[in-house]
Amino acid sequence: MSSIGLEPASARPVKRAPLLSNHTRERIIGIASPVVLLMLWEISARTGVIDVRFFPAPSAILSRMVSLLRSGSLERDTWLTLQRLFWGTLTGAVPGLVLGIAMGLNRTLRIMTEPLIAAIYPVPKSSIVPLVLLIFGLGESSKIFMVAIGVFFPVVINACTGVLGIDKIFLDVGRNYKAGRWNTFWTIALPGALPVIMTGVRLGIGMGLVLIAIAEMTGARNGLGFMMWNAWQTFSVEDMYVGLFAIALIGFVSTLALNELERLLMPWRFN
Amino acid sequence: MCCYGDFVALDRMTLDIPAGQFFVIVGPSGCGKTTLLRILAGLDQPSSGTIEISASGQDRPGNAMVFQGDSLFPWMTVWDNAAYGLKMRRAPPSQIQEAVSHYLDRTGLTRFAKLYPHQLSGGMRQRVSIARAFANDPDILLMDEPFSALDAQNRLLLQEELLRIWEEHRKTVVFITHSVDEAVILGDRIMVMTAQPGSLKTLVDVSLPRPRDIMELQREPAYGELVHNLWTSLREEVNRAKQQTEGG
Repeated sequence: MSSIGLEPASARPVKRAPLLSNHTRERIIGIASPVVLLMLWEISARTGVIDVRFFPAPSAILSRMVSLLRSGSLERDTWLTLQRLFWGTLTGAVPGLVLGIAMGLNRTLRIMTEPLIAAIYPVPKSSIVPLVLLIFGLGESSKIFMVAIGVFFPVVINACTGVLGIDKIFLDVGRNYKAGRWNTFWTIALPGALPVIMTGVRLGIGMGLVLIAIAEMTGARNGLGFMMWNAWQTFSVEDMYVGLFAIALIGFVSTLALNELERLLMPWRFN
Repeated sequence: MCCYGDFVALDRMTLDIPAGQFFVIVGPSGCGKTTLLRILAGLDQPSSGTIEISASGQDRPGNAMVFQGDSLFPWMTVWDNAAYGLKMRRAPPSQIQEAVSHYLDRTGLTRFAKLYPHQLSGGMRQRVSIARAFANDPDILLMDEPFSALDAQNRLLLQEELLRIWEEHRKTVVFITHSVDEAVILGDRIMVMTAQPGSLKTLVDVSLPRPRDIMELQREPAYGELVHNLWTSLREEVNRAKQQTEGG
């Protein structure tokens, strides 16, 4: 995004050029502040100001990360978590999307399903981990299901809201030009609701990350969640921080990936 | 003819529109013009009465509507918007290609085919709307005040373009407007509607020759006389409509 210019475009060339443009200065501050924080942390850990049993020095975490990467265990755990997150997102988002759009288009279906969703939605998803483990066992499906649950609700709710928010004139155009159900779905409801749906997917993946960590802590023998839980049990605090960092990185990368996906799916919003 | 609850939007109206005629409906605001058009389009159902549209027998849709206001899909390019009707009725790709490029060309939009609606001005968007309706090649074109949101200059340009495109093919058109000038410029026959509940007040034939040039047309005494007569007839209804809304 470019910054908002107050002066007209023609005035730009004669603008007094400061040493650094606003944009550059903001970027530098954005990068510098976490670096400064990390340095403060490192110094405090080395001088014994903070307890390294709970807050090990960043350099110690980094070296632990390198050795976990060398052994291949960090890569394997991250990959497993990533896969569960991916399949869970897919199995949650696709039915959520279809049901949500159908609810938006069909009043009867909406009246039937809305109270159900409103009743189930507030149940804390983490509280059904034991039940899910009971039903699906310790295999992959229980983890995937937990992520799917987290993704499903924001997507279904946003898809329905998104379709209801579509200007009525577009549905009239569809009817006038004889778009059938299938075409109404693909050419009007889905693209019209897509911006709101994508917000739902973002919220859902955030929820999915929370749930995958919890599910792996309690019901898995691998993955980043298990790695962190195991680190607690063996009191290897550095491992825990490495796991935290990896999960945060997944969240960050998935945000970037979603930005790209939005550009691909909604070219009209970026042109 | 059509009611919402107790509200009678249209009342006892009988009219025939012969094929190939440019039929214009003028009436005061809220007289049910749009309702009439939506019934013709099959978007609303009349509570009583019948509508008969004799199909041409060819493989083409019954009608296509040019809506009032922004009706282009923001998520489709100009080209895809113009091709929408043809795609929905699964026209062969060669026909889509030919019809869409023809009408984009006629409306001066060829250069903008790959742009999205939000990148166009209001006048250009309404041109796409018109291209979409014409490209669909319907028996009847329905136009619901298509130029009402445009400024006077753009309106004049689009009226000229519409005349030019229409005079090539002479499809049946039902055109709604609140502008008497627009009605006379475009129409073969003009129906004046009464204030709500809307019904037929008068039918006026416009025998001005075609092809029409708007600037030349406005210099003709016959044009001025028609506009004057129509406006006299319409003014009573506008005043009645005004009393209705102001009186409660």
